[in-house]
Amino acid sequence: MPHRSGPPDSVGILVPSGMLGAGFSPETIIRGISLGADVIAVDGGSTDSGPYYLGADVAKTAEGAVRRDLRLLLAAASRARIPLVVGSCGTSGTDSGVNWVAEIVNTICVEDRFDLKVAKIFSEQHAGQLIAQLERGRIHALPPSEPLDAATLRRCAHIVAMMGHEPIEQALRAGADVVLAGRATDTAVSAAFPLMRGMPPGPTWHAAKIIECGGQCTTHPGSGGVFARIDQAGFTVEPLDPDAACTPASVAAHMLYETVNPYTMREPGGTIEVAGARYTAIDERTVRVEGSRFEPAGQYTVKLEGAAVTGYETVSFAGIRDPQILRSIDVWAEFFDKTLTERVASVLELTADSWGADLRLYGYNAILGDLEQAPATPNEVGVMLLVSAENQQTATAISKLANPLLLHLPLPTMNYLPSFAFATSPAHIDRGPAYEFVLNHVVDVDSPTRMFRLEMEMKGPSHD
Amino acid sequence: MTDAPRTLGDLALEVRSKNAGPFWMTLEAFMPDEQAYRIADALITTELISELYHVPPASLQIYRIPDLHVIKVSFPRPVVQGSLHDRDMHAGQHHVPLASTVVPSGFFGCRN
Repeated sequence: MPHRSGPPDSVGILVPSGMLGAGFSPETIIRGISLGADVIAVDGGSTDSGPYYLGADVAKTAEGAVRRDLRLLLAAASRARIPLVVGSCGTSGTDSGVNWVAEIVNTICVEDRFDLKVAKIFSEQHAGQLIAQLERGRIHALPPSEPLDAATLRRCAHIVAMMGHEPIEQALRAGADVVLAGRATDTAVSAAFPLMRGMPPGPTWHAAKIIECGGQCTTHPGSGGVFARIDQAGFTVEPLDPDAACTPASVAAHMLYETVNPYTMREPGGTIEVAGARYTAIDERTVRVEGSRFEPAGQYTVKLEGAAVTGYETVSFAGIRDPQILRSIDVWAEFFDKTLTERVASVLELTADSWGADLRLYGYNAILGDLEQAPATPNEVGVMLLVSAENQQTATAISKLANPLLLHLPLPTMNYLPSFAFATSPAHIDRGPAYEFVLNHVVDVDSPTRMFRLEMEMKGPSHD
Repeated sequence: MTDAPRTLGDLALEVRSKNAGPFWMTLEAFMPDEQAYRIADALITTELISELYHVPPASLQIYRIPDLHVIKVSFPRPVVQGSLHDRDMHAGQHHVPLASTVVPSGFFGCRN
């Protein structure tokens, strides 16, 4: 093997899919390795499915699906002697999410006889330490949120900080074969290895953003993985599914996906600027990108995510098919809200601000609510009643009071009681605690790695 | 016989919406060509989005991207993701008011 001095000419990144556990074909990996992958990077999480996963500290992906993906990735990385980086382990990147993925990795290493150095990077934060930062004026709100207060931090069931590439690079420099990161920016997962190898930040960060969702930047967004090769002047990107293609439009359009601003994206250490990027087709399925920049920030900032319990919920569901009711469904819904409010006040003696209900008319205007413009009279409506209260017992009690209304409430003008169609018995289901994202704030830090804790261990048959 | 295109959705390749993180929502209209892009460009104004989505005009960011024939609009989520009154967790169905906007017949007269 030739001795290397200075950075390599280029670094190849294999992204097998947009999410660990989403699945990919074994050919995806074979193809990516044959293209000369220097690292395999895959995201393990997202906030997109809501605050429950962080709040309850539960993974969205099924263990069997994560195990299946990891088994293929560990085999490929081990055989090619290249590192595997997994970001935002366990969906939300909590400490138990990292440990959950690490346990799966450990089992596979023993079963399939891989001796690998596994790094775990923990990103969960204690409210107390953050309150100290807050008091020193080091935590700032991002738009559209308000300045943070200590009470909000204390309310959080779990808080994670989003790492940049530095903690991942630290683990790789320490010789990790597998890096299991807690919450990390989607881009840091792919950017860490090429940055370590001396690739320029502009193309590296832009490439990392383009490939973070796997096939999303291709003409077949549902297809598997993508491969990017970064060099000193730019990067190229191509799909790993031979039937898919990257076109200048499909690649450029990925900057729109789930972003507020398609031209600039803030990372902990600076801003990705792609307004000047040029996208050129190299062939029918490969795109070359040049002109991306990375502007280092004056202050390194780490973003926080936190989920707090907002209440305990019970959901009830009933169907209405009676055309007479459906012709006046708005009147019925208003009468329902009024009647339930009165009954909760008189029977349970609860004040109006101690509980909440959301009556949703699926088939009529449930999804868009007030934004719906003059919906037509529906053929049938699914009535979902979501109740929130300070504890589960109260939410259930309110739902039990609502039960006869969901079954029999007439229009105010009717002189008999209709009966509606319950879908199940009982008609209600307790949902347990419900959560809300309450942090949209960043912490000024002096060190990119200080908020994150690194643990390294050898795993496999020789170390079991 | 098919009807002439009436709405922005009829003219577009795709109109989509999605969360941009838990606190923002973003909408995109992908138009097929320069002419359709110009119609979308003229139609999608701060006033229109503010009215369709009940959001303050000052909270809107509109990006006009002629190279891709795309108009992108971002604004803070009016309802916090996952809260009691959030009925669209991924904001994946919020493109419909924009897509359903009727294109005034005068717009089709735009000449290149």
